[in-house]
Amino acid sequence: MKNYLNLNLSLLYWVLVAPFSGQFFKIAPIFRQMVFIGVRAAPMVALTSFSVGVTLAMQAAHSLQQLGAEIYVPDLVTVTLLRELGPVLIAVIVIGRSGSAVAAELGTMKVSEEIEALEVMAINPIRFLIVPRFLAMLVMLPVLTILGNYVGFFGGWTVCHYALGFNTAGFILRALESATTWDLYSGLIKSAVFAWVVITIACNAGLHVDGGAEGVGQATTASVVYSLLAMLVLNAVLTGIFFFGS
Amino acid sequence: MNDVDTTPVIEVTDLVRVFGKRTVLNGVSFKIHRGETMVIMGGSGCGKSTLLRHIIGAMKPTSGSIKIFGEDITHMDERELASIRRRFGMLFQSGALLASMTVGENVALPISEHSQLSDDDVDQIVKRKLQMVGLTGFEHLKPAEISGGMKKRVGLARALALDPELLFSDEPTSGLDPIMTAVVDKLTLELTRESGMTALVVTHDMTSAFRIASNMIMLGRGSIIAQGTPAEIRSSPNPEVQQFINGEADGPVPLNLSQDDHEHRQHVAPRPLISARGRLSRKMP
Repeated sequence: MKNYLNLNLSLLYWVLVAPFSGQFFKIAPIFRQMVFIGVRAAPMVALTSFSVGVTLAMQAAHSLQQLGAEIYVPDLVTVTLLRELGPVLIAVIVIGRSGSAVAAELGTMKVSEEIEALEVMAINPIRFLIVPRFLAMLVMLPVLTILGNYVGFFGGWTVCHYALGFNTAGFILRALESATTWDLYSGLIKSAVFAWVVITIACNAGLHVDGGAEGVGQATTASVVYSLLAMLVLNAVLTGIFFFGS
Repeated sequence: MNDVDTTPVIEVTDLVRVFGKRTVLNGVSFKIHRGETMVIMGGSGCGKSTLLRHIIGAMKPTSGSIKIFGEDITHMDERELASIRRRFGMLFQSGALLASMTVGENVALPISEHSQLSDDDVDQIVKRKLQMVGLTGFEHLKPAEISGGMKKRVGLARALALDPELLFSDEPTSGLDPIMTAVVDKLTLELTRESGMTALVVTHDMTSAFRIASNMIMLGRGSIIAQGTPAEIRSSPNPEVQQFINGEADGPVPLNLSQDDHEHRQHVAPRPLISARGRLSRKMP
């Protein structure tokens, strides 16, 4: 826990303070990480969101039909995706895909003395390795969430259009009418918070690997488990604050 | 280069390091002057690596002082340490190349991080350094695509990238064939004799050690058991030294150790990599 806080503090130092004292981080590695964390995850995010959108619409239709209120299916799909399922699902995918990869990569670097070599070359590992991953995640997770929301709506639309006989304009109108911009913003705030938690937990796990290949495996598992737990608990807390607070 | 500076490049005084109840380094003192090549030898687990880690500032001693370029590094913070570290190069036992970068990028890394040279100039330096270690044209390969000995030579090229005043080598010749060993030794000799570089080499390879050393230290159980020029070491009356340099299986250092003995003798701590300042240490909560 102490390590984790230390990591957060030195990250903040390198992102916010150090650039003003002339120690800039490089931009190119950030983009490289953005491609890995964000762009390569896009197909998986799209497929998952589409399935969830379809499932949501089908289940909503099933329940709402009994009340004769099928007209509300788009409302339910949009609001659920924007507020909850979008941020959470995309975070789950990114934890499984990128968080674990970051933990394993850093762990392997630690085990093979690469990180020590960086320190001896007077290159700070936080600045050199962690800052690009952190910033890339902070940008890409919300971006992926937006993508996921769109694809999820599309999934909902396919069910509404082909099974429930909505016309496209009607679907869009209902969806726009029910959702407010705050629904979108709250989801994006959530995903930014998740991004922070996920990447710091993964980096922390990777940097503190002990003992060879086995240690790398354990760190990877730990990073996924802790990230998932932290993310889900935080989601509950944030939902409470955003929608139940007042 | 031509100042008649008599301050030792490295001065270690009464270095003591205790891990738990075990004293890993017990009152080690020595000096290395400019242009010298100091070879540290000793059996496995005698504290060589721990000593090296202290000198590069990766670990903090329990007591005693380490001065590099006349400055005490034991109480330095990260930034002061970084400015000292820019002046030395280190070759790791495994090479410790960054696996995600090519050979050329690895060698270029310290240059592009610590200087404002243009990419073309950096490329030129990288080519020259790789040529020095006999690896012309290997820039575009990844570390995974070259052999262990080549990795080590790339590691040496990287350590020399910034023309350091001081070079640390952890077993520079293990895993190299005899010819490459000679190449690396010759390079070390040239650099120390001609450009006044100082070298501290930890090695098991006696041929190479006697070839390059201007001074030698033999460590045993955490303290110095013999110290002197290669000639003095060779004619040392100490049977432990003789056993070591002649590579005899049995002698004062017994062949078989019981578990107890081993625990007593094996001073190697679980490799505490990263800096010892707790910033990045130990496990997840």
